[in-house]
Amino acid sequence: MGRMATAESYVLAIGTKKGLWLATSPDRRHWSLSGPHFLMSEVPSIGIDTRDGRTRILVGVRSEHWGPTVFHSDDLGGTWSEPENGAITFPDGTEAALERIWQIHPDADSRPGVVWAGCEPISVWKSTDGGEHFELNRGLWDHPHRSEWGAGYGGAAAHSIVVDPTGEKVHVAMSTGGVYRSLDGGTSWEPRNKGISAYFMPDPNPEFGQCVHKIAADAAVDGRLYAQNHHGVYRSDDDAESWESIAEGLPADFGFVMLTHPRRAGTAWVIPLKADGERIPPDGKLAVHRTDDAGASWKRLDAGLPDAEYNAVLRDAASVDGAEPTGVYFGTRGGSVYASADEGEHFTEIASHLPDVLCVRAAVVSAALVPAQP
Amino acid sequence: MNGAMVDGDSMPAESAISVVLPSVLQPLAGGQSILTTPAEAAVTVERLLDAVTGDYPALSRRLRDETGAVRRYVNIYVNGNEIRRLQGLVTAVAPGQEVLIIQSVAGG
Repeated sequence: MGRMATAESYVLAIGTKKGLWLATSPDRRHWSLSGPHFLMSEVPSIGIDTRDGRTRILVGVRSEHWGPTVFHSDDLGGTWSEPENGAITFPDGTEAALERIWQIHPDADSRPGVVWAGCEPISVWKSTDGGEHFELNRGLWDHPHRSEWGAGYGGAAAHSIVVDPTGEKVHVAMSTGGVYRSLDGGTSWEPRNKGISAYFMPDPNPEFGQCVHKIAADAAVDGRLYAQNHHGVYRSDDDAESWESIAEGLPADFGFVMLTHPRRAGTAWVIPLKADGERIPPDGKLAVHRTDDAGASWKRLDAGLPDAEYNAVLRDAASVDGAEPTGVYFGTRGGSVYASADEGEHFTEIASHLPDVLCVRAAVVSAALVPAQP
Repeated sequence: MNGAMVDGDSMPAESAISVVLPSVLQPLAGGQSILTTPAEAAVTVERLLDAVTGDYPALSRRLRDETGAVRRYVNIYVNGNEIRRLQGLVTAVAPGQEVLIIQSVAGG
């Protein structure tokens, strides 16, 4: 097997409703696709952990028949391992059973081995051994609000976990429940949704219960977060104490995706959808929108995207890589996957006709891991 | 009792109970298609599953969740009847019987 001469390559993991595909590229222009792995199981969550001198792909897999589990691979999908007793299992006494793993989030470089997971039923988990065993976060599980959190259409999900560089500030978003914040590393939690509308509830400004679809942290501004809500796009500059709308300039304020730049302040991407009566790109015209000024203005990005596209893009079906310039990737429920090597200015369709894309994750990896392109 | 077959026939000896696995689960049982456990008297399906999957925790998780409930699309047949139409996990299985595990035909 040949090896690339360059030091770095790129991997894009594509989780779908019927399995996982892996795309690799030496240059982000030419991609090789392999798969399916886990055929006929859905893959709603992926984490690519490049810390500690190792590239570990973690996947949350769910079979309609055989239930959910976590697999990991340290050789880009050549082999997969499943911890004998399961990586995520509800402990005795909770009387709960794992339904789906919605999020696998490797923590900061300064905390190698720490991986967070967000699951259904709504729960947050933390691993300190690279994702092989997770422990239930009791502070959130025992929260008095838990019985009032609801399920979004896709299920009751803790789908976003944002941890600050210190490890003390942790934000979690759930559908439906809203944003919760911990200032003590996850021991205790308080709702932080002031300014986020829940127009579908009798009180449109409740303390919690918002249907937040995704949150992400600004790369460089401490305390700044962005949220894509079930209607509404928001920014907070004070660790979610308050939120203000940044939806002006977007063709629709509904959507699922919220991405932020890995290094640059003020840059984020969303993929608007029209709702609620429709769930399609506005007028069937798929476009990514990027802000470079923290939401004061938005730029429409559709070069390379199809003229007509009627499929939605789900909350985790979008990702950025760590390269310079940053790559932007997303997949549709129609099984198309698009990649941009220039922050969204130009997209190329790198996979098509896959099952519904549920999750994509991109990473820069050692070229030694990636077979040479044919 | 980790699943050695009693003999070459699929039916167990009179002092054992067999559980027949679908092919998709056999890799989780060391490649075995039938798991057999000794039984001098009737046991519940719950105890039977505990016995035959004790050495195969990944297999156990495919059949039952953390609460012990049989997964929704896993069907377990005793004497040709799915246990949800019998007494569920407390359905009795007699020595010499064979229990079939079959995934339901669900999905799209």
